[in-house]
Amino acid sequence: MTKVGAARTTFIVLVFAALELLCRLGVIPRVTMIPPSEMIASLWTILASGKFNSDIFFTLYNIVAAAILATVLGFFIGAGLHALPRLRRPLVPLMSAYYAVPTFVFYPLLIVAFGVGRTALIVMGAMFGIVAMIVNTTLGLDHVPPAVDRTAAILRLDRWRALVLVRLPAAAPHLVTGLKLAVAYSVIGIVAGEFILATAGIGKRIAFSYDNFDNRTMYGMLLLLLIGVMIVNGALSAWEKRLHRRFGQQ
Amino acid sequence: MTARRLDHVLLLVGFLALWQLLHWAVGPDVVASPAATIVRAGALLGTPAFWGHINATLTAFALASVISIVGGIALGLWLGLRRFAGDVADPILGTLYSIPKITLYPIILLMFGLGVSAKIAFGVIHGIFPIAIFAMNAVRNVAPVFRRTARVMRLSPLATAATVMAPAALPEILAGIRVGVALTLLGTLIGELFAATSGLGFVLIRAMDVHAVVDILAITLLLFCFAACVNASLRLVERWARHGG
Repeated sequence: MTKVGAARTTFIVLVFAALELLCRLGVIPRVTMIPPSEMIASLWTILASGKFNSDIFFTLYNIVAAAILATVLGFFIGAGLHALPRLRRPLVPLMSAYYAVPTFVFYPLLIVAFGVGRTALIVMGAMFGIVAMIVNTTLGLDHVPPAVDRTAAILRLDRWRALVLVRLPAAAPHLVTGLKLAVAYSVIGIVAGEFILATAGIGKRIAFSYDNFDNRTMYGMLLLLLIGVMIVNGALSAWEKRLHRRFGQQ
Repeated sequence: MTARRLDHVLLLVGFLALWQLLHWAVGPDVVASPAATIVRAGALLGTPAFWGHINATLTAFALASVISIVGGIALGLWLGLRRFAGDVADPILGTLYSIPKITLYPIILLMFGLGVSAKIAFGVIHGIFPIAIFAMNAVRNVAPVFRRTARVMRLSPLATAATVMAPAALPEILAGIRVGVALTLLGTLIGELFAATSGLGFVLIRAMDVHAVVDILAITLLLFCFAACVNASLRLVERWARHGG
């Protein structure tokens, strides 16, 4: 392990040890937070017993569906906007203000439209994730070097093939950034929806145990969600970094 | 300039037309008409009670922004200047930035209780990390030749910071502030949705409970206009720092 890695591990371990100590000594009361070791134990019980498996898979399915919707639709809308600069210019400030407003306040309207269940949650997650993908698609296409475009022209590729074969790979680093953010925002949209009103899901389970002062279950499920998000985000970040190293220098 | 203004007007008209079509397609239980929403927004702005909620939100948002900006810049500058500490902290900050903070709402509530401090805390955990990350990278990305020039000119550390480092890093720090302030607003509003007894988020959650579609849309519209204005003015400051500073 490198020196930096060792220092980072030590730091993280120390933070958790301090937290554990503060909880054990009662400086942080149990009603506020249970010791990290108990969170892990609780997570273990939850996973081993399988009692919340249906909730976990419910949320997982929704997140995957919403992220796919947001990424695919966001890519095509972004590519379209890139081709229409007159439409895009006035939209830029609006899109950067999008994430300052909790769009999931529209969730009740989606419930009226689609009923309580999967669809409303997936639409909510996709609505929250899509703008990040649109913005990063346009940015990615902006960063395609002119030389690459000219090469495509020399090879007489038609518009569609130039997009798929040449510009898409050149824009790849930004597209992966878009994917990463779309996933992260889809998670927020879906978990927020499950907090507010849902029949199942990790968010619903967390909210339910919070309301019932069941801190063990709540922290176990929270830990599960955070670990899951960190793994996915870490993997996408690593991919993004590799692409940036490969294509970023032009 | 006039063509650009025309584009804005066309966009607005197109947006309103789409909205109206959506309203016709799905009905008033799901999407209120733009006219009804705008009238309602105007009516809300005419009631003193609503201004009380606006004030509550703005106060919390302002405090959370100040804490995020000061804390984020201090942390970012420190990590930017100490290469080792920066390398250690970089992925930790990235992770903290990317976790869905909304999942932490039960913890924040348990720690701060219902009220102003919970929503400020919620705003800060959303805003402080992007500002710290941008500030750290801003300092790290200052061209080495600038630092060397400062050394050649034998500037004191203070003079180096004030006349070389700050102007060079400022545009990116401001970009971080723009991102961070937007997320601070999001955080503050989420805090109000789940943990407050006053503020626009609180009005929203009440409207959600009784399914007042027009209210939900009217308040969201107002919030969106506010967020866009804040964003646009910070963008202007940023452009000034990039070109005029």
